Amino acid sequence: MSGFFSRERITAGHGYNRWLIPPAALAVHLCIGQAYAFSVFNEPLTRVLGITASAPDDWKLTTLGWIYSLAIVFLGLSAAFGGKWLEQVGPRRTMFTAACLFGGGFLLSAIGIKTHQIWLIYLGYGVLGGCGLGLGYVSPVSTLIKWFPDHRGMATGMAIMGFGGGAMIGAPLGVALMKHFHSATSVGVMEAFTVMGVLYFISMVIGSLAIRIPPENWKPEGWTPPLASKKMVTLRHVHIDEALRTPQFYLLWLILCLNVTAGIGILGQASVMIQEMFKGSITPEAAAGFVGLLSLFNMGGRFVWSSASDYLGRQNTYFLFFALGTFLYSMLPSFSGEGNIVLFIAAAAVILSMYGGGFATIPAYLADIFGTKFVGGIHGRLLTAWSTAGVLGPVLVNYIREYQITHGVAKADAYTTTLYIMAGLLALGFVCNLLMKEVREKHYMQHDEVENGIE
Amino acid sequence: MENKENKASENHTMLLILFWAYVLIPLGWGVFQTFKKALALFN
Repeated sequence: MSGFFSRERITAGHGYNRWLIPPAALAVHLCIGQAYAFSVFNEPLTRVLGITASAPDDWKLTTLGWIYSLAIVFLGLSAAFGGKWLEQVGPRRTMFTAACLFGGGFLLSAIGIKTHQIWLIYLGYGVLGGCGLGLGYVSPVSTLIKWFPDHRGMATGMAIMGFGGGAMIGAPLGVALMKHFHSATSVGVMEAFTVMGVLYFISMVIGSLAIRIPPENWKPEGWTPPLASKKMVTLRHVHIDEALRTPQFYLLWLILCLNVTAGIGILGQASVMIQEMFKGSITPEAAAGFVGLLSLFNMGGRFVWSSASDYLGRQNTYFLFFALGTFLYSMLPSFSGEGNIVLFIAAAAVILSMYGGGFATIPAYLADIFGTKFVGGIHGRLLTAWSTAGVLGPVLVNYIREYQITHGVAKADAYTTTLYIMAGLLALGFVCNLLMKEVREKHYMQHDEVENGIE
Repeated sequence: MENKENKASENHTMLLILFWAYVLIPLGWGVFQTFKKALALFN
């Protein structure tokens, strides 16, 4: 069995078509992206016993909120700790493990719903599913970068776009399955979890079976690798553990964290925010449409911006994110004050495209700075920034909003300070990006260390 | 010999198309569902 997962077994032969790799990565990312759509289960899960309305013993929304939070925390932890393992065992074993954890997490949670044991759902979707998310997220990234040395940004953008798109499949699929299985004795969540667990397991296993790594010294036909490192794009490699000893790692950590915090700030509150800022003009249905539009821009931005970064350069792309983001965030209160819905929506859509773009461009930025050899593992460790932002963003927005409302600020104006703070965070990100320099000579691996593999 | 190579190349192309369709069809469905929802904003 270990042979089946070994690097030798998944090393592609000469003439292998590299365009078979992105769909393998997408087969995994489209599944794990379901996590963004978990909220569709929250309300039905509050009626598991009462069916038509919540019974006294039914779970409360506050209890259920921990499921998603746990999943995001374990996403960060597993990506951070599993990254080095990924570099050792290769992408097939990691993707297969992710399939077992993510699919298994759904099935264990289905048992939790059936027996009405919340801890089984915490363990299933939260812990196991979260670990599946983390391992699944990082596993195809370094493989894609190695297959597409000429278009690193575009390659990782394709996979990470899948994570954004996964929610668009997961949400309507979950709703449709719950509707299908809904009966007088069941809200249909347990059955939906079972079906989704099996479907996602199969799809992720197909991805793991299809993944291949390029042969040693492989390069795309007709592409000549640069002979020397360019500015901010190295041809050498930094060891995964050594990367943690460089200031560049922490600057990139802050860059990701600040960009994600600012994006989550608007994404998590989008529906309520637009209704309160344009009171009377935006119905709840239109607000839901606004959230849908932002999701489309979030997904599209992942592919468009990361592909553009291949031409603009990684640092310049982030300069654009932070400069334009700061400007647009600080303009949102003015657009709201003037009642200009069109400009408000357009600005929010561009902000969200850059939020997605930030996620998708960071692996290529890491590869440029630390080399390609350990980029999967280093990316995994950097994803703790996402977990941090996942907690920081909503807390910041909710706390500031509540504070202002309790101090007499009108609801429509309560977001103004928050939006300026988000603009400030992006300005800070601009400074972090400005401080990015090449890694110092002492951190690079020597030629023989690279040849001997990793410890 | 040449026929065999042509056949293998054809199969490879077919596999490529099928694999992309396998991921793009559900993604397209999801994008379409979200787009329909987003249209409510303009109504």
